[in-house]
Amino acid sequence: MVRYVVNRLAQAVMLLVIVSTIGFAILHLAPGGPLSQFAASAQMTQEDLDRVTRQLGLDRPLPIQYLDWFGRMLTGDWGRSYRDGEAVLSVISSHLGATLELMATATIIAVLLGCWIGVLGALRRYSLFDSLATVGAMIALSIPTFWFGLVTIYVFSVKLGWLPAGNRQTVGDGSLLDLLHHLIAPALVLALVETAMWGRFMRSSMLEVVNQDYIRTARAKGMPEWRILTVHALRNALLPMITVAGLQFPTLLGGALVAETVFTWPGMGRLFLDSIGYRDYPVVMGILMFSAMMVLIGSLLADIFYAVVDPRIRVG
Amino acid sequence: MTSAALPTVQLAPGQAAWRRFRRHRLALAGALIILVLVLGSAFGPYLLPFDDTYIDILKRFAPPFSGAHVLGTDELGRDVLARLMMGARVSLSIGIVAMVMAMAVGIVVGAFAGFYGGVVGAVLMRLVDAVLCFPTIFLLIALAALTEPGLVTTTVLIAATAWMWVARVVEAQVRSLREREFAVAALAFGSSNLRIMFRELVPNAIAPIVVAATLNVAKAILLESYLSYLGYGIQPPAASLGNMLNNAQIYLASAPWLAIAPGVVITLAVTSFNFLGDGLRDALDPRMNIP
Repeated sequence: MVRYVVNRLAQAVMLLVIVSTIGFAILHLAPGGPLSQFAASAQMTQEDLDRVTRQLGLDRPLPIQYLDWFGRMLTGDWGRSYRDGEAVLSVISSHLGATLELMATATIIAVLLGCWIGVLGALRRYSLFDSLATVGAMIALSIPTFWFGLVTIYVFSVKLGWLPAGNRQTVGDGSLLDLLHHLIAPALVLALVETAMWGRFMRSSMLEVVNQDYIRTARAKGMPEWRILTVHALRNALLPMITVAGLQFPTLLGGALVAETVFTWPGMGRLFLDSIGYRDYPVVMGILMFSAMMVLIGSLLADIFYAVVDPRIRVG
Repeated sequence: MTSAALPTVQLAPGQAAWRRFRRHRLALAGALIILVLVLGSAFGPYLLPFDDTYIDILKRFAPPFSGAHVLGTDELGRDVLARLMMGARVSLSIGIVAMVMAMAVGIVVGAFAGFYGGVVGAVLMRLVDAVLCFPTIFLLIALAALTEPGLVTTTVLIAATAWMWVARVVEAQVRSLREREFAVAALAFGSSNLRIMFRELVPNAIAPIVVAATLNVAKAILLESYLSYLGYGIQPPAASLGNMLNNAQIYLASAPWLAIAPGVVITLAVTSFNFLGDGLRDALDPRMNIP
């Protein structure tokens, strides 16, 4: 077990190095490089540019710059926003809460709904419900999230007037009820794709489990069907879902960006797009790296957790 | 299928695959819809009296089915149907060209990693893992924001964020195929490594590659719509299915048809390619029955 975890950790560290190299390359290969923002100003003379170049250490060889950048990233110094000079990490963390709130709500909806649909589909394979669920999941995976958001706003905000058309709270309000009211639409929109994925994976996982020998044994022992289902089948079918949670994480993050844009939700995705609009490269790069690191840590945790609950994995 | 009363008919692999595919009604429907979309976007614009970029400020926001504009007009009085057809042309082209690029990169990377294994394989596949760590949309937008937007850039960037899945599929296939007798035989004949990789191994992995290609088109069309919707893809006045939705949110209350038509077409196109890919998977390779 310890060996597995150490192995997996070493892999993650190596990935982090490659990920950071890619991030660094994107930052420096961009036309104009990190200086483009300063160079765009008419008041900047060549002398000023040279001074900024020296100040930011951009005159040093690239490998040295990379090591310096990587070292500072590990110690939490992610540079400062061009917009207001605030530290990048604190800008990100001030927007993180809203994103996590959205992602967590969507995940809870998706896990409950998806697992229910998947289990039912597997138990009544090829029934009308199963067919509809399979087709529905495929369509859900094909709808552009932002368009589904637009349709939701049109139906529930414009036509019916039940839900607010965006934002996290009414200005001046902010009670729990108001917050929840604003959360419903973006969370449901984000949950659509997730539910479809969880449903599909749960269905196939359940199908695999119900054909196992231990299910037949349990049935042969005369165990009641509901007990077989909950104690034996469901518990084992849920195990691989831990991996799905890790695999789904990048999609969830990307979906959050889109949902936040449509619903003007003040989260990390919204911040990302705003920062791109302002050419605020330190924040853009910060969020890009931050999201990649979240994905990396997410899959690491999923793998380790899976190994803890399923001893068969550790051997591999 | 095979009952004792009926004589067993041996089908050629191609025939058997076609039978399985035909049974998959949704895949057939998908193929049909794709055909309609391709023909409609290829020839439709010539049948319409309106140009997709023709601005008629006096006829702004004409609702659908009112007068000559079947799907109405947008905020500049441009014909929505004409823009839809041109937009579908752009989006489908991007989807297919980006797929070809992603397949090319993915197949080469996957073949080299799977064939050589060892350090080469590990390095290439860790690179794949690393790129996959970036949520696709974040990476795509960051790259798009740093480059000059346009048709070529959009296509290349979508391909650049979509090749990794192909590489994974091809790597796994090539890694297992290279141990098979025909590969060993080719080696014994003195075939070069490149020849074995691309003339023996990759063609034998064609089933999963075709499936991956089809699903890749769906993904590329979806990514184009995201990118253009956010304003970093195809730039107006040129139409794409995504950028038609760019302004739609502002006019959602007053002119909802601007949002509905392009979204329906995107969903139709993406769903069709996904169902087609699903059907091809069942038809070409019954063993890899992933949900």
